[in-house]
Amino acid sequence: MAGTDNNSLDGFVGRDYAAGFVTDIEADTLPPGLDEDVVRFISARKDEPEWLTQWRLDAYHGWLEMVQPDWGQVQFPAIDYQSISYYSAPSGDQPKTLDDVDPELLATYEKLGIPLHEQAALAGVADTQQRPPVAVDAVFDSVSIGTTFKETLREAGVIFCSFAEAVHDHPDLVRKYLGSVVPRGDNFFAALNSAVFSDGSFVYVPENTRCPMELSTYFRINERNTGQFERTLIIAERGAYVSYLEGCTAPMRDENQLHAAVVELVALDDAEIKYSTVQNWYPGDEEGRGGIYNFVTKRGACRGDRSKISWTQVETGSAITWKYPSVVLRGDDSVGEFYSVALTNNHQQADTGTKMVHLGKNTRSTIISKGISAGLSSNAYRGLVRMNPGAEKARNYTQCDSLLIGEKCAAHTFPYIESRRPDGIVEHEATTSRVSDDQLFLCRQRGIDPEKAVAMIVNGFCKDVFRELPMEFAVEAGKLLEVSLEGAVG
Amino acid sequence: MNLLEISDLAASVANQPILRGIDLNIGAGEVHAIMGPNGSGKSTLANVIAGREDYQIDRGRIALEGQEITTLSPEERAHRGLFLAFQYPIEIPGVSNMEFLKAAVDSHAQANGNPEITAVDFMQMARNAAEQLGLNPEFLKRGVNEGFSGGEKKRNEILQMLMLKPKVSILDETDSGLDIDALRVVANGISTFANTTNAVVLVTHYQRLLDHIEPDFVHVIANGSIVRSGDRSLALELEEKGYSWLEKD
Ligand SMILES: Nc1ncnc2c1ncn2[C@@H]1O[C@H](COP(=O)(O)OP(=O)(O)OP(=O)(O)O)[C@@H](O)[C@H]1O
Ligand SMILES: [Mg+2]
Repeated sequence: MAGTDNNSLDGFVGRDYAAGFVTDIEADTLPPGLDEDVVRFISARKDEPEWLTQWRLDAYHGWLEMVQPDWGQVQFPAIDYQSISYYSAPSGDQPKTLDDVDPELLATYEKLGIPLHEQAALAGVADTQQRPPVAVDAVFDSVSIGTTFKETLREAGVIFCSFAEAVHDHPDLVRKYLGSVVPRGDNFFAALNSAVFSDGSFVYVPENTRCPMELSTYFRINERNTGQFERTLIIAERGAYVSYLEGCTAPMRDENQLHAAVVELVALDDAEIKYSTVQNWYPGDEEGRGGIYNFVTKRGACRGDRSKISWTQVETGSAITWKYPSVVLRGDDSVGEFYSVALTNNHQQADTGTKMVHLGKNTRSTIISKGISAGLSSNAYRGLVRMNPGAEKARNYTQCDSLLIGEKCAAHTFPYIESRRPDGIVEHEATTSRVSDDQLFLCRQRGIDPEKAVAMIVNGFCKDVFRELPMEFAVEAGKLLEVSLEGAVG
Repeated sequence: MNLLEISDLAASVANQPILRGIDLNIGAGEVHAIMGPNGSGKSTLANVIAGREDYQIDRGRIALEGQEITTLSPEERAHRGLFLAFQYPIEIPGVSNMEFLKAAVDSHAQANGNPEITAVDFMQMARNAAEQLGLNPEFLKRGVNEGFSGGEKKRNEILQMLMLKPKVSILDETDSGLDIDALRVVANGISTFANTTNAVVLVTHYQRLLDHIEPDFVHVIANGSIVRSGDRSLALELEEKGYSWLEKD
């Protein structure tokens, strides 16, 4: 060694998880355990109509018959579903407006950089980078604590509210679309979610309406031993457009916590939905203790002709990420896109990818996946492209790149192609590369410190995906990568 | 005081001795040429001076402006004014040249307690440097060396030197792979940059570079040691006779 410091790529130091604090707030938390009464309790607590209670109970009974899947490239001890609490809400009456929200909660979101006061959000616009305002729905443990810019949106005819509110105020829409993309019995975790989901966001964009601002939901797990089971439903009517972003954080805890969400998107003729995720759940410590199990079902239905659904995800958090945002391309000429950056460090595991199911004519899909593994982590891309008999002239392009940092991590690629169309075109490209010592030395010789250098190299690797994120979030995603990689060189 | 002082430097890689006791003093305002057969240790010397960690220093010391740097990290050496233009520049896909240069320039300013350069001034500086080297400004937007031709990569190294304004620049075979016109442009860039306060070390196999930039000293490395030093006439002699007459000594 020429130098005294050893910046080998295999070294590790602790990593900072800035969102790891706990909010000290009174909460009504259901004791651990799951049975029919718990399902009924949640439904009653939300004052739900009978059909929905029944819907949940059916899901619950279906779930009892199912077994947890084990095909993922992930390993974890058996989850005891009776040791989880299925409902936790800040105590007191539900706030009616943002002014009624507990200041402690507002402070939590401020600390996370999410202004929940419209004034603050607007002030932020004036003096910083002239970002357009973003409407935010904040979900704290099991309930939504407030949605901003509701009025502005209502003027445009856009509905953006918590799921619980939607059940009361727009029951017909909820009943029509709930479970229409991800059926109750779709899979083990979707069934569980359907039984016990607590809150989440609801978006409805009417015909020929371009949603006037970015919509965003911010999920926060705070309570210990609780699971988070939110449900998001987005409907874009003919010719509508909406861009939606979700962000997630959780405190640092020694035990693992389950997050099993369901997201359903519906795009009718000529509609477009852009759904972006920046997932930064607590990943566990460098020994692999604690962290969120992120087992999520996300699916979009391109029901209308010429409709389009894009998933963009930046996954840096969670102890285990297991999710496949998918698109069912039913409408002719519809388009599905999946852009993904999944970064794992220390003991994190990710098995993520997408399904593109081509049913309509001239349907097209694009998959760009960038997996980055550092530390002792394992990162798998799993993707399915299916072309059904009716999918005349369907096309898919898949590009799947893995970047390894250090010698002890792993990357896997599982592309599945099922084409029943001789005229279908499926292109697949895959690469695996490494942050090389030569690249690192070049940066360091030019004065750039190794952590910054690795972050820069990784950011460059992810460029094709970051380009797809709304501008303000692209910057955030870049910073998040940098933080998540802390300790990958040490 | 010498800008760079190397005394009795021995280094090995994978327990294989490569450098076997190098002494070299480089003063301000000087241009040195280092020549020698393939595999004699020229690039190893350049990398060891720059602090590459794959090499084991067995003995000796390296001092920059009178301060020992033998155990400093590569970035600390860079911040103190040491620059290495690589024999085989590597690609960093997706990281634009501009972004890379800005990070490099900022790191120097920060380490040396200088104010950060404004984005506008930086752009201007980068454009000027590119122009001086006959590089289209579009190059600044492309990924670092990504898809660059061999000659473009070499010019890009010199671009980085012009931006960082190092005290001691070691240019490892920057002339190889350049066409005749490019060689003239690059040589001009280096000559214009060289002044009485800095020093340039040219590692080269060819006299043609030295026709453009006249060295004050020429050193020949063979088998990990400097076997001969002289003035520019030594380079001409080598061009004529090759290395074998030296190795017999
Ligand atoms: N990382 C390494 N691992 C193993 N051997 C190495 C390494 N780096 C250098 N060497 C060996 O050290 C010797 C000197 O190599 P070096 O690159 O310094 O030669 P050079 O004088 O620059 O040659 P050239 O003129 O071909 O560029 C060679 O035998 C080379 O194979
Ligand atoms: Mg060499």
